[in-house]
Amino acid sequence: MTTAPDPREPRYLPAPPGSQPPYQVPAYGSTALRAPHQPLVPIVATTEAGGPTVTPAWLPALADLSQVDGRAALGERIIVAGRVTDEAERPVAGAMIELWQANAAGRYHHDRDRHDAPLDPNFHGTGRVFTDDDGYYRFVTIKPGAYPWRNHANAWRPNHIHFSLFGASWGARLVTQMYFPGDPLLAIDPIFHAVPDPAARARLVAAFDFALTQPEWALGYRFDLVLRGLHATPMEPV
Amino acid sequence: MTLRSVTASQTIGPFWHSLAEPGLADLTRHGATGTPLTLAGRVLDGTGASVDDACVEIWQATPPASPQFSGWGRCATDAHGAYRFVTLAPDPAAPFLAVIVLARGLVKPVWTRVYFADTGDVLLAGLTAERRATLLARAEPDGWRWDIRLQGDGETVFLAL
Repeated sequence: MTTAPDPREPRYLPAPPGSQPPYQVPAYGSTALRAPHQPLVPIVATTEAGGPTVTPAWLPALADLSQVDGRAALGERIIVAGRVTDEAERPVAGAMIELWQANAAGRYHHDRDRHDAPLDPNFHGTGRVFTDDDGYYRFVTIKPGAYPWRNHANAWRPNHIHFSLFGASWGARLVTQMYFPGDPLLAIDPIFHAVPDPAARARLVAAFDFALTQPEWALGYRFDLVLRGLHATPMEPV
Repeated sequence: MTLRSVTASQTIGPFWHSLAEPGLADLTRHGATGTPLTLAGRVLDGTGASVDDACVEIWQATPPASPQFSGWGRCATDAHGAYRFVTLAPDPAAPFLAVIVLARGLVKPVWTRVYFADTGDVLLAGLTAERRATLLARAEPDGWRWDIRLQGDGETVFLAL
């Protein structure tokens, strides 16, 4: 293992400036003692160029968060769907997407959530879906409510759904949040604004998609995701 | 062609624990057999305080994945910042696990590795002795021990892939 890696091996592409948040985000207080201070050490992925294949056989899909045992959760039922690709728009098939969120009142089904808002026995707020051969996924849920947090005085998180994705390789692992168009809290949210580039932030906001709606049943939102892919040398910027 | 930009990372936050089914920290739970390996330690912040809401994940390419062994595990840290995995030893030719840590206060994961021997591979050989030590687990009677320091004295080496 002392030999240098083959330069012809596929590599990850560097992130365009501003497209990913830095670790240290002064406006987000919890980063102060948790963000690394040392520079990252660059490596060529070896083990990291592979990754787990998590299948529904191990962790079953749960694509309808809007009910528990047939009892409907309170709130606005929505459909969320989209496509997962890499930078070159190659679909990421079989990707596991884990989902979690607050209920319609802005309360998580979680012991540490102390927000004075009601729990809904018919909403657990956790789901899991897998992309199809073309990278598409779809799930049904309840539109999450905004909730207060203690980052600064009168701090409120915008409505959001947490996404955790496993792509084709370990270096592609992504955890992010999907936001909703028109949310006034986006303008003042330190976590959303941790991403410097406004265009990159805008891509975290789902699009209202009339074509995804189901008449008499639910509105639809489209949210596409891009994971890091491994690319042959000629694709690398020089 | 125009390349698309990778979706921006956001923090896992404090309320992710519905993803932390306890069995996920035992990679042998589906009946995998081989050389057992236990890895335990704590996740610590810049003051040395416990990070009690972190998600630690490991991935190993060897032994190869099978219906009995996914090579992937997840463990939530407890009130002391402690995590513990039960798995199988990776191939002696590359005796390390790939690791990521996610937590409130980390707007993107930290990627690292934990080694069970100083192989002198390109990563370890390029580090000072002090920094190299942050990637080396130590053997204890009840298994391997490895703490992850997110910041400050003894900060773990984190990787740019």
